[in-house]
Amino acid sequence: MSTKIVFKHIDEPEQHRIDTYLKNGGYQALPKTLKELSPAQVIEVVKKSGLRGRGGAGFSTGAKWGFVPVDSPKPRFLICNADESEPGTFKDRELIEKDPHQLIEGIIIGSYAIGAYISFIYIRAEFGFGAKRLEQAIKEAYDKGYLGKNILGSGYDLDLILYRGAGAYICGEETSLLSSIEGIRPLVRLRPPYPAVAGCYNCPTAVNNVETLSNVPHIILNGAEWFAKIGTLKSTGTKIFCLSGRVNKPGNYELPMGIPLKELIYDYGEGIRNGKKLKAIIPGGVSSWVMPASKVDVKLDFESVAEAGSALGSGGVIIMDEDTCMVKATLRLVKFYEFESCGECTPCREGTYWLSKIMQRIEDGKGRMEDLDLLLDLSDNIYGKTICPLGESATMPVTSTIEHFRQEYEDHIKNKRCPFEKKV
Amino acid sequence: MISRETEEKIRNLKGKYPKVKTCVLPAFHILYQEEGYLSQEGIQKVSELLGVPLLELHEVLSFYVFFPTRRIGKYWIRVCDNLSCSLMGAESIIKYLEEKLKIRVGQTTPDGLFTLGTEECLGSCGTAPMMMVNEEFHENLTREKIDKLIEELSRK
Repeated sequence: MSTKIVFKHIDEPEQHRIDTYLKNGGYQALPKTLKELSPAQVIEVVKKSGLRGRGGAGFSTGAKWGFVPVDSPKPRFLICNADESEPGTFKDRELIEKDPHQLIEGIIIGSYAIGAYISFIYIRAEFGFGAKRLEQAIKEAYDKGYLGKNILGSGYDLDLILYRGAGAYICGEETSLLSSIEGIRPLVRLRPPYPAVAGCYNCPTAVNNVETLSNVPHIILNGAEWFAKIGTLKSTGTKIFCLSGRVNKPGNYELPMGIPLKELIYDYGEGIRNGKKLKAIIPGGVSSWVMPASKVDVKLDFESVAEAGSALGSGGVIIMDEDTCMVKATLRLVKFYEFESCGECTPCREGTYWLSKIMQRIEDGKGRMEDLDLLLDLSDNIYGKTICPLGESATMPVTSTIEHFRQEYEDHIKNKRCPFEKKV
Repeated sequence: MISRETEEKIRNLKGKYPKVKTCVLPAFHILYQEEGYLSQEGIQKVSELLGVPLLELHEVLSFYVFFPTRRIGKYWIRVCDNLSCSLMGAESIIKYLEEKLKIRVGQTTPDGLFTLGTEECLGSCGTAPMMMVNEEFHENLTREKIDKLIEELSRK
């Protein structure tokens, strides 16, 4: 049995066109859904499959859809989060550019399940090519009657709107994304109320990631049990792991959940560049804790990576070798969060500024030994004290590298210079 | 002056979305296509066409980085220098471009052809180092690739 689900036809050159998608078995789950399943049954199937959000949080997709109230007098919305901007993550872009109809089919099924008549794909501004591909695919889907009024004679109507962002990492956070669509300054919102109850235009809304929705047609077609058998007990199905950094063969690899990290790096990624030694791994996009090389045996599923002290997140696996300066790498990430902080919560807005300032002086050889405790104290004052996870994410590389690579920080401070100089 | 065609496109946005303020970002995209940046005059026009107060437009616009609000070079080069790209040599790519174009990050060449900038992760980490030139991605960058590209763009 092939373990590829969403990437099964990814390398076929014309897969982005509706004819090729149809030829390869596309748009079969949709008629099955509309003819044989009630919205509640769709939700039940997805719940049973164990599908969890592939955007980072790993929340049950079926449960998320189940939270959208069926008796609400307000319109409901399904929003596909295609704002992929988590550093180290580049899977959604490939899914969008190469197999857009798979995503659209997933969106239609999801929208039907929650009773939405309007759905948005929120795509980041920089994905101009992906937006063009989606625009074409949406038009093709309308022309064939998969979108619009009375889809396939079922009486179900759905309009799908492609919406381009304007360049802001925070808009990948669901409440900020909602504000972005509403055309107001996209600051994050306190939850509750959750988007399921009061989301887009204050109406019930489900927000799902591209990879998550791309899995849905396959689950409908092949059944919940089929999907649940792939992967591990609690992390079912496959995951696209985005391998980058100092490996010989970086790229996207769709593999069953629970595959050992070691296999991903050495079998698929063909090992570390230039025969160097592995030093550290970021397993789930930069919003996860840095792991030392000793954790290379960890299995890549939500539970195992959490047990190993980090998070599977979006599946963006970044590899750092012995030549990487961990202080400089951490500084780069902290600067990213400082720049992208929306500025709403003081601990994040001020905290990321100070983390960045202190990290910079350590990297520049002007740090003090007390700075390490100061960084940990600062991190503690951010973590759990903000509306959204961005501030928390900024502390993750800091606290984890101080824990695992304290010696490197001390070397910077004692020797008053970066021991790696220009190596990163 | 923005063209009648662009004006029409922006006006037509109004029926396309559930609420009028949702038209703001699409209107900016249309304006950007026409002008290559968002001029004060253009933003004013969006405000009139959509009936959204100017203040509310700036409130939104100032949050984002995608639209320049002053005229920039014909080719906007944005090099990703986030972690994965840095690990693969983004710094030396930026330095090379600075030397080659004889400008620093944030500047535009005197002939108005190139503006050099850096960018946060562009979702292209598996093909690092990379950069965006206007809407196009250029991946697995080497000095040779950059030489070729700059030469091509300079000739256009």
